[in-house]
Order: sequence, then C-alpha cells, then structure tokens
Amino acid sequence: MVGGYAGKLIGIDLSRDKIIETSLQEEVLRQYLGGRGLGAKILWDRLGSRWEKVNPLGPENLFLALTGPLTGYFHGARICVTGKSPQNNGIIGSTVSGEFPIELKCSGWDGVIVAGRAEEPVYILINNDKVEIKSAKHVWGKDGKTTLRILTKEVKEELDKRNEKYGIQKEPAALYTGPAGDNRVRVAAVQQKWSHAAGYGGYGAVMGSKNLKAIVAKGTGPLPPVANPEEVKRLMQEYEKRSLSRDRDRTRRWGTGYAGYEVGADRSAEPVRNWQEEWHDEKAIGGPRFDFRYWVKRYWGDYGCAVTCMKLAVIKAGPYKGAITDNPDYEMEAYLGPNLGVFNAGEIIYLSSLLEDLGYSGINGGNVLAFATELYQRGILKKSDLDGLELRWGDTPALAELAKRIAARDGEYFDILAEGTYRAALKISELKGVNVLPYAVHVKGVEIGAHGTRSDEDYTHDICYACSVQGGDHTSTVKDAYDDMTMVFQDSAVYCAIIAWGGKIKGLDWRFLRVLTGWDITEEEWKRELGHRIIHIQRTAELLGGPDISWKPPKDDDNPPRFYEPLPTGPYKGSVTDRKEVERRRREYYEAVGWDENGIPKSDVLKKLNLLDVDKALDRVR
Amino acid sequence: MRNVPEKKKKWISRDYLKCTGCRRCEIACTLYHENQIWPEASRVRVFMLVPGVEIPHLCAQCTDHPCVESCAFDALSVDEKTSAVLVDREKCTACGACIGACPGKVPHIHPRDNYILICDLCGGTPQCAEVCIKAGYNALRVVKERPSISHNLFARTPEELTRDVAENLYGEKAEELI
Repeated sequence: MVGGYAGKLIGIDLSRDKIIETSLQEEVLRQYLGGRGLGAKILWDRLGSRWEKVNPLGPENLFLALTGPLTGYFHGARICVTGKSPQNNGIIGSTVSGEFPIELKCSGWDGVIVAGRAEEPVYILINNDKVEIKSAKHVWGKDGKTTLRILTKEVKEELDKRNEKYGIQKEPAALYTGPAGDNRVRVAAVQQKWSHAAGYGGYGAVMGSKNLKAIVAKGTGPLPPVANPEEVKRLMQEYEKRSLSRDRDRTRRWGTGYAGYEVGADRSAEPVRNWQEEWHDEKAIGGPRFDFRYWVKRYWGDYGCAVTCMKLAVIKAGPYKGAITDNPDYEMEAYLGPNLGVFNAGEIIYLSSLLEDLGYSGINGGNVLAFATELYQRGILKKSDLDGLELRWGDTPALAELAKRIAARDGEYFDILAEGTYRAALKISELKGVNVLPYAVHVKGVEIGAHGTRSDEDYTHDICYACSVQGGDHTSTVKDAYDDMTMVFQDSAVYCAIIAWGGKIKGLDWRFLRVLTGWDITEEEWKRELGHRIIHIQRTAELLGGPDISWKPPKDDDNPPRFYEPLPTGPYKGSVTDRKEVERRRREYYEAVGWDENGIPKSDVLKKLNLLDVDKALDRVR
Repeated sequence: MRNVPEKKKKWISRDYLKCTGCRRCEIACTLYHENQIWPEASRVRVFMLVPGVEIPHLCAQCTDHPCVESCAFDALSVDEKTSAVLVDREKCTACGACIGACPGKVPHIHPRDNYILICDLCGGTPQCAEVCIKAGYNALRVVKERPSISHNLFARTPEELTRDVAENLYGEKAEELI
C-alpha cells in the first residue's frame, strides 16, 4: 500500500449485523486523499444516483469516519466524519481531534463506513483486526462524560483480560455522541475525549439515527509504513521547530481563549445577542479571567501536537462547581457567552461544559439557543410555548434549561428547535404567522461560526460563508477557489487547521504529503484540480439536496439577512456587508471555480475532470 | 541499614500535572527504538483513563529493582553507567514475571516481538524528556542525582496515579469521573 495508509476500511451494516473489509485503490486515494475528499467520493458513488431521496436521518444514509494520509504523522491528529448532512442535505466534512484516529490506524484501518440502523442501541468495538458490534443499551441517553467513562472502563477491562500476559494496555479511544445525538437533534456533534467535537454537519444526529452510540478503538500495531522514513523524520523535526517558534504567549500560551474579548472589543466581529450586535467591551470575559481563575492546565493537546492550543478549565467552587471544559476556545466563548448575553467567565465555562455533556455542537447549538432567545425577546415565542420558561439574555439557568429540553426534544417548541435554526425558523414562521427567517443566522442550513463580516476586520468577508459548500463553517470559508483549497486539503489529508494557522508551516504540509506517500502531488495540482473535484461533488450533493429542503443559487448563496443590517453599536457602528460587493465576488467565484451563473458546476469543467456521472446527475437541477 | 549510593545517576523526573497529553514522548521513544511511530510499543506510554489526566508511565528506576530480582532467566540487569534496567532480548522469554513484580505494572510485552519493554534511558539521552523540554512542558526531565528511595514511590499503576492527579485537577468532581 502507498505510504501513510493502512489501505483498507471497515464497512459495517447495522441493519444486517454484517462487517466487511473494503480495500482502497491507490488511484482513488491519490485523487481524494482521505477524510472529506474520500468521504465525498464514497458518498457520491454509493448514494449519488438517488441523492434527493436519501433521508440523512434514515437507515439509507451512511456515517463515515475517515482518517487521511497525514493523520498521526503530521502533528494535530484528527479524524473527519461525514455522510449526507441533516443540516444542508449535502456533504460536509467535519473534523475532530483526539487519539481515536491513531487507535484506528494502529488497528490497521483508515476509516469506518457505517450503514443501516441497528435494532437496539449499539457501539462498535475495533481491536486490531477484530471488529464487533456490542450493546450500548446501558449508555443510551447518557451524557458525554458518563458515556466515555463507562465505555472506556468496560472496554479496557475486557481488552486487558484478553491480553493478560501482555501487561497493562493503554486505554482505548472513542468517537461518541451525547443525548442530543441519541435524539437525532440536528445540531448534535460527534465527540472525542471531552470538549472535542466535530460540530458542523449534524453527524451526531446521524449516529443517533443509526442507534449507534459510539465507536471504540484500540490498536496495538504501529502506524502504517511511509514512503521515505528518513525524510518524514526530518520534516517532523522541521515543522515541530516552526510550531514551537510561535509566540509562546499567544497561540501556544493562550490558544484562542483570549479572543472572546478581543474579537468583540477590537474587531467588532463577535456575535452578541444572536448577532444583533458584534461589538462589546466586556472585560469580565477577558482571557485572564478564564486563565487565572479556571485553567488548571495551560497546555493541553492531542496526539503529536506541539502547539497544544487547548487549556483545561475547571470550576471548583460556587453554583457551577464541577463544570469542566477546554479553554473554552473562542467559538464557545462567543457562542455561549456574548451571543447569549452571558458576560461571565464562569457561566460560559458552565454552559460550554453542559452543551458538551448534552452532545451539542457548541456553535450550531449555541446559535439555536440564541435564535430562540431573540424570538422570546420579540414576543414571538412566549412563556406558554416554553412550558413557563422565561428566556432572557444572560439568564444562564434558563438557557441551560432550554438546552436540556431541546436535547431531549421534550415539548412541542423544544422539538421544533431541535431541527436546527433554519428548519425551526421555517416551522415557527408557519405556526406563528410571522416571518422569523430574518433572525436565523445560517447559510444553507448550517449555522455560522463566530466571525462576522460586517466590520470587515476579521478574516471572514463578503462571500466567505455564502459560497462555501460547507455553509456557515468558519473552518472552510471561500475566497478565490485557489487559496481556499488549503482548507479542503486540511480536511482531506486530515490534520489540524490550527497548526497551519498563521502561515508558520506554509508549504511543509505539501512536502510532507510527498515524502509520506511517494506521490508527486504539488500544491498547484491540488489547488487547480484535485481540490476542485471535491468541491464539485459537494456542490452537486448540496444542489440536489432533499428530501425536505433543497437550495436555489444564486439566491441561497448569500449571507443571512442580519449581516446586511448596519452594526448598531461600537466603533464600526453603521457598517454592513456590502451587498453589491457580495454579488460581484459571487460572480467572480463562480467563474473561478467553474460554475455557471446559477451556481451549477459547468458541464465542460466536470467533463475535463472526468466527473461524468456528477455532470449527468446535475441535469436533474439544470 | 541506610544505603548511601556513591554516584549521581540519571533519572527521568516526572510532573504529571504538567503533561499536556501531546504524546510526543511516545513518538520520540518509538522513532528511536522502533524507527516508526508505535504508541503501544513505546517504553513511555501516556495513559488517559480520564481526559485531562494524562499520565506518562515509565520505569521509575527503583533502587531495589524488584523486576530484576524477579527474573528467572537473567534477562534483566542494571546499567552501571545510567542505572537504567536493561533487557537482554535473547534471554527474555516474555514470561511476564517482572510485570507482576513491578509495583507500578510498568513493563509490558512488545506488541509484536517476544520480549519485555522497559525504559533504557536511550543509553543516556532519553528522547522523551528531550522533546518534552523542547516544548517547554517539562513534564519529563532528565535530572542527575543520587539514586533515591523516593524514586521507588513513582512505581505506581496508571489507575493509582490517575486517582491522585484527578483529585488535584478536578477536586471533589474527581470521584465521579473515575
């Protein structure tokens, strides 16, 4: 097999209780690498012909967890989860860090494809070449920390027993869901460890829909062999040196934990009260308030990481005693802080810890909570709709109750909100006879990351979400169909984007791919051709959509209405996203990526890439 | 009778509270010994029975060497220069007696080959401590000191160490996390 790969995937059909091995073809891997790229290819091959009819939460969908060639060797180990997304009805590649991909690769597998639906809750146990489906009835509905504790203990004890002579083995690693996933809440994440989530895409709900609580893996082999071991070692030392040279008091020492103050106060690009504002000057959520009161580990990371941007936060006293989370990182600080009107470090840690336990994506789930709270502010959602709950900005116990009720789909409006911001907005507009879509901050069903476009002071501009095949995903934004292919590469070679942040390792990742695999892929080839191939497949899936919603560009390749409302406060008061600029940039992007004026991939472009079946399928929307 | 050793020897000091869980020590160890990345073949293994509580688990170089004593095949010896426990792969039968003798259950059988894995201090320049110090974490550091009976106290199981560190980090909450 080509360097860096185990060369095979596990296929599990939960409906038929069947486990099969699938070999990977080198030609396919060279074109799609792994993770998001390979996932898009597999999904298209298997579901493309009937895409519109596939219910993302039905047994006909697939749940994929795929590593990439760089996973484990390049620092910042991640795994990419994908499938037909219950958020945009397309394909989203969502990555999460942790040791699970290491255990998987050391078991001799590059990934897992799960089909069907188990009759009763199960988890999958992978131990080298032994793969089993086991009952998860005892952890179904359980919160994240409890689930992980029980499964880790149970599997470790069993494996230690199996290998008694060996001595003590390290614990297994798990991909799992919390109650929100079990209840098919469309903003549920797939999690690892604590506070590690693949949030975008709603794949926790896909796991839940398959009655799949977790995949647990323990491998005792080495990582697969590489093409040029000496060069790999040399480059590992080089990227480590570059990473360690990053300013110790910023990226490494603070992670993104100081940005909850900075992005609002300095850049006016942080969501405040469901994006009604993007500026605040609340020093009470400044980095030092988290750092010196709550951080018990100032450098916390995952397999192979020399950056360790995470920080372990623990509340040891007071009403929120026992809350544990990482940092929180910037996205959680913003979405569970200012965007809910919460301006207290301890309360943000508590909400972050709670949402993780409940199995939410903190961004997407936080967006839903804020959307509901704004509807309450406007008198559209009433106390009587919410079983007496009074939803006020900054009322942490009320917001916590809302999160719990939505995760349990417990009550009419909580059940509606569990469908995610956009679907809930459609339903509530219908029930209340008021158009609430102007308050839904999403792009094509995917709630937007915590970086606004109105001040134009953050890295996010005009079309960066509007034209992305991953919608509101702040880790896969769009620029010119060239530079933005780097993000597609990160999700497909599968390593951490934070590592690449700031340009310190620029160029090294491509070189690394070459010495690892022995292929001659260049940055140019990826950005001109290979990356585009993946984007076209994702775009086609998104355009076909269904069964409940499909998208009609260019109308739907746009920012949410809120981004065109002038900022009401702060130094950038009056700033809006320029609609004319968005339209101009959208036309430019369509041209650059090879889509027609309706945003549909052009026939000749697809033919040149030999994506003939993709081209043919697009006749269904042309 | 108190035994005062004459010479200072290398020892890997460990601060579990500072371990980031980056496991670069495992990578460095196995690149050195196995010429590939192999977590379970590492002579230092980071246990994470509870997330956030990462325990780099490696030989404590006890002064009384219960592992060496337990070996019926004369496969284990103490390196005079470094004081590390050395494994003679030819003699080792992978019987596991040393695992049972170690108060910390530190040794483990190589996942592919038939011999026991025990930290050998990389012949005097432990790779794990090098990468840990380079990153500024200092969870593992090489110190030079007289072999001390206190070193023996580090030969504890991952479970025992996890219990202590979890309480330090998580306070009262630790009990329900373990």
